[in-house]
Amino acid sequence: MDIFTQQLINGLVLGSIYALVALGYTMVYGILELINFAHGEVTMFGAMICLAVIGALAGSGMGLDGSIIVLLGLLAAIAVCMSLGFTIERVAYRPLRRSPRLAALITAIGMSILLQNLAMLIWGKRYIAFPPILPTVRYEIGGAVITNLQIFIMMLSCLLMIGLLLLIKKTRLGRAMRATAQAQDIAGLMGINVNTIISITFIIGAALAAVAGVMVSAYYGLAHYYMGFLLGLKAFTAAVLGGIGNIAGAMLGGLLLGVIESLGAGYIGALTGGFLGSHYQDVFAFFVLILVLVIRPSGLLGERVVERA
Amino acid sequence: MMVSMRTLHQYWLQFRSDRRLAWLAYLALAVLLTALPFLTGDALGRGWVRILDFALLYIMLALGLNIVVGYAGLLDLGYIAFYAVGAYLYALLASPHFDLHLPFWALLPLGAGLAGIFGILLGAPTLRLRGDYLAIVTLGFGEIIRIFLTNLNAPINITNGPQGVNLIDPVAFGEFSFNQTHTFFGVTFPGIYTYYYLFLVLALLMIFISLRLQNSRIGRAWVAIREDEVAAEAMGINTRNIKLLAFAMGASFAGISGGLFAGFQGFISPESFNLFESIIVLCMIVLGGMGNIAGVILGAVLLTVFPEALRYIGDLQNYLFGRIFVDAADLRMLIFGLALILIMIFRPAGLLPSVRRRREFGDDASMLAQEQASLYDIKR
Repeated sequence: MDIFTQQLINGLVLGSIYALVALGYTMVYGILELINFAHGEVTMFGAMICLAVIGALAGSGMGLDGSIIVLLGLLAAIAVCMSLGFTIERVAYRPLRRSPRLAALITAIGMSILLQNLAMLIWGKRYIAFPPILPTVRYEIGGAVITNLQIFIMMLSCLLMIGLLLLIKKTRLGRAMRATAQAQDIAGLMGINVNTIISITFIIGAALAAVAGVMVSAYYGLAHYYMGFLLGLKAFTAAVLGGIGNIAGAMLGGLLLGVIESLGAGYIGALTGGFLGSHYQDVFAFFVLILVLVIRPSGLLGERVVERA
Repeated sequence: MMVSMRTLHQYWLQFRSDRRLAWLAYLALAVLLTALPFLTGDALGRGWVRILDFALLYIMLALGLNIVVGYAGLLDLGYIAFYAVGAYLYALLASPHFDLHLPFWALLPLGAGLAGIFGILLGAPTLRLRGDYLAIVTLGFGEIIRIFLTNLNAPINITNGPQGVNLIDPVAFGEFSFNQTHTFFGVTFPGIYTYYYLFLVLALLMIFISLRLQNSRIGRAWVAIREDEVAAEAMGINTRNIKLLAFAMGASFAGISGGLFAGFQGFISPESFNLFESIIVLCMIVLGGMGNIAGVILGAVLLTVFPEALRYIGDLQNYLFGRIFVDAADLRMLIFGLALILIMIFRPAGLLPSVRRRREFGDDASMLAQEQASLYDIKR
């Protein structure tokens, strides 16, 4: 039972990170119907910027408290990623808004390759360690261990998600975003500046990605120029699982994917009599995804799409 | 750029209508293709002949993916899995790993067949999916295959795990091995040269098959499904079988290329079959011009040669500034990514779009919007 609880906790922590990244994918997809392949790389930039700031501040000997250093790093990462998200949309996606979607997809892939290699040039090819400046406290719940960092990650992502939901459901800006997602041209006729809304969508997504990137690097204690790839892939999977374009779906999909992954990794050995080990974790995630899509092609919370000719 | 391409195209049409000239051109092309490895080998060195071989392999791969994505409009992001199936089949049945050494002429059809079966395995459950959902499922499928290849070394060692399979038999007809140096009529052909001719023949065969498919009943059915699946079904096309056929055909092209790759390289590991490779092959056909065979070939050649040519950036820096600022290998992919973005911004339909797409991309903006709405289902 304690293994179950432990894996559940790990899965929820991982899942809440996936959910944050998945939100960026799903928001952009909802409005532009574009898979923003570069989103994973934005997450990676968040982690890298944060680590660079932490490295500079911790080494400067100013005697700042660990949590303040991390907070400053996080803020810097958010700021840089926001401008990065804005620039990506402006430079790479806006000129292609009226062209076929595969062209935009290739551009997104090109952007992803570009950012990845840029990061490699700036920070090198080695893994960068997250310095141990945060005190670790362990709590025990029903035979499982949970750290203060895990609690913090879950609470922060919950807060961010609630904030995002409120923003989208309750504010004027959120209403404009929903209108743009539904019908861009009509939204424009209603006096909404569609370009601004799209920019804002990218900026919000990038900010969430930055937070997620910092969380991942703090959680695993590592960052690497290639980390955005698999993370982005999983997050996109999560977004599709929940029903792409659907905000609540991305949250649900992220959490589910995290839980499925860690439970799968924990039990796959026992289920197959030791034939398959925990390194099949990724297979498990993709397998569930395929199953869900085959049974319910629009994702868990996605609306059933009526095919239009 | 647009204008020059268009006039070039007109010249081409004019030229093609004259049969004698056309035959002459084909003859010149044949001579050029025959002499190409020698020309390249002398001018740029043996390394470039190897790159030519890879370009031909990628042409075969891209032609296969073109059937799935270009003709039938099924966005497949896990295409490299079929390449992996072909490569691993060849590697496992013709290497010391299981101590089996089956001949290559038996393995290639086997690889094509097995990859085709995998294509149907992927296609069958995903028949109802469209657009991006199909893309993500195929992507997951590709990753699953790769992860299995990486991990199927325990408890029974089937694939030899991340180390991959080594010492694979070279492609050979009886005693004639393609990776040895041969001399015919006083001309010496090193291994990479003979491979070039083998790949060239097979690539030409695949081009021929693709061309014949394009103008066949099946090819028209694929285009109909791509443009509007519901209407295609109403016209009496069995969409299920035709879609499965597209998956199987595309996969078998990849299976053959995979077998050739394994024999040519002599070594394969799961790392050669990651998602990035799938994406590169997709980039080839989108960049060149989807659905148009000349475009696909151009895209495959460009994307194979261009990253290699970028290796000279180091020399260029040396020449311009007298020293190397950034390592060429590090800068290579960066420029590659940038090039993808720029080409798509300036030529979103690809470098050589098919006739149908060129019409759709006519000057009329409304045509463009229509195309945007009809290409791959998209507008919800």
